[in-house]
Amino acid sequence: MTTPVLQARGLVKRYGKVTALAGSDLELLPGEILAVIGDNGAGKSSLIKALSGAVIPDEGEIFVDGDPVSFSTPIDARRAGIETVHQSLAVSPSLDIAANLFLGREKRRAGVLGSVFRMLDRQGMREEARRQLDALGIMTIQNPGQAVETLSGGQRQAVAVARAAAFGSRVVIMDEPTAALGVRESRAVLDLILQVRDRGLPVILISHNMPHVFEVADRIHIQRLGRRKAVVDPKSVSMSDAVAIMTGAMEPPEA
Amino acid sequence: MTVVVEERDRSLLTRVQHLLHAQATIGPAVVLLASVIVFALLSDRFLTPGNISLILQQVAVVGTLAVGQTIVILTAGIDLSCGAIMVLTSIVMAKVAAETGLPGLPALLLGFLVGTVCGLLNGLLVTRLKLPPFIVTLGTLNVFFALNLWYSGSATIRGTDMPSLLLWTGQTFTVGGTRITYGSIMLVLLVAAMAFVLKNTAWGRHVYSTGDDLEASRLSGIRTARVLLSVYATAGLIYAVAAWTLIGRIASASPQAGQTDNLDSITAVVIGGTSLFGGRGAVVGSLIGALIVGVFRNGLALAGVDVLWQTMAVGVLIIVAVSLDQWIRKVKA
Repeated sequence: MTTPVLQARGLVKRYGKVTALAGSDLELLPGEILAVIGDNGAGKSSLIKALSGAVIPDEGEIFVDGDPVSFSTPIDARRAGIETVHQSLAVSPSLDIAANLFLGREKRRAGVLGSVFRMLDRQGMREEARRQLDALGIMTIQNPGQAVETLSGGQRQAVAVARAAAFGSRVVIMDEPTAALGVRESRAVLDLILQVRDRGLPVILISHNMPHVFEVADRIHIQRLGRRKAVVDPKSVSMSDAVAIMTGAMEPPEA
Repeated sequence: MTVVVEERDRSLLTRVQHLLHAQATIGPAVVLLASVIVFALLSDRFLTPGNISLILQQVAVVGTLAVGQTIVILTAGIDLSCGAIMVLTSIVMAKVAAETGLPGLPALLLGFLVGTVCGLLNGLLVTRLKLPPFIVTLGTLNVFFALNLWYSGSATIRGTDMPSLLLWTGQTFTVGGTRITYGSIMLVLLVAAMAFVLKNTAWGRHVYSTGDDLEASRLSGIRTARVLLSVYATAGLIYAVAAWTLIGRIASASPQAGQTDNLDSITAVVIGGTSLFGGRGAVVGSLIGALIVGVFRNGLALAGVDVLWQTMAVGVLIIVAVSLDQWIRKVKA
């Protein structure tokens, strides 16, 4: 059996009396899009936050390529090659696209200008940003020097996805990437997700939108009451059955 | 036909909005230029070397404070304690030197240390206790001011009792008939250095993004608490530089000096186009903002306008500047 790129075993997270994760597992295989679905309060967000280092689980283990890891900050997860596109996008609106792509890992100029005067390699970062946007086929963005707040919702999403795709070396996690978007913009983001997978990066996609999930996912992880209830194949399970499992109306089929 | 004209008018307005959005300092620069021209026309004495020298001296202290205030406001904070930190450090520098005979340089460095520690305290309260900067600095304003009264014994230290280095900022040299203080030169250099750092370093970008969206910055891997701490500490250091300028300006160290400088520094930053909501603005704007206030007060006084109307003019400027900022923020693609 192939080693999962990212694996969680028995994750527990409690907030006071509320148990958000009650021993949740997750496996992400190389080169796949794993969708995570679940009702509100099923623990999707907590699961994803634990995997991206935004919260520290109370119990349980996380493995990257089979090796145990522990993330105490988002920076730890990034160092392990896991990039997350948060639902809030985590972009800084007043900065430009290139600055946002490199936010928190700016490149400095070579030589004394960089080492002593700490000058940023503005030009280099712009060019790299241009390349990344081109590589993902984001043609609507003309100028990496444009401020993010002047972009539409879909374009902002594209910037966040481009950042994750550019720096993620192992896993890209996307939390509700189409939630705030119109039909056409959702289409573009779904294409981006497929492109990221086609470049060889496995993707975890959290979404409420069943048609989107069934369109792009290779496997579907169904989260219920803080645990993984089932993992189903979108080609063999119908949308209504997945929703039924998710809400507890139906027991998952024996695999 | 009318429809077309209206369309063009709106696009012109939108273009102005976009220009101001991209270059926040243009607005204040235009206001400064216009006010200089108007006041020069109103009074023959306005553009005389002596008067320009006076304005520069009047602006130096508040302008220096405004540099520190700018970086705090860029992080969506506010520093009400800046004047109190300045007065406290000026008293420390002067009194230690006057009473113990400590030479100028160590006394100055001790003052810089005190300023930095005061700023660091603000930063720790903001990041560790997670209190709003307004409340933190409202509290420390009183704490620092009380310390200042206690340490000084409410007594002024005369310039003649101090080492000459502490008074150096008030010394002048002459360029084309205009006497310029070293304090003003230091302000210009400070603004240039800070503008460089904000624009060209990763720290500068993190200051903007922390003020723009704290949570997004944290998720992007920026150590936001560390950025905030460094901002408040740096601001404290800059207030200590302002203290040095203050001693030179009034040729003494008084525990009652600079009472209005707290709010004047915020005024300069806001008029200079930096947004009180964080993440937008520039330190050059704050220097221009301080100059605008200086030019308005001076020019209106020369034109024979009562001081109460000068104050009202500054008040109107603040409201206009913040309204303009709100409008610019609504810019669309």
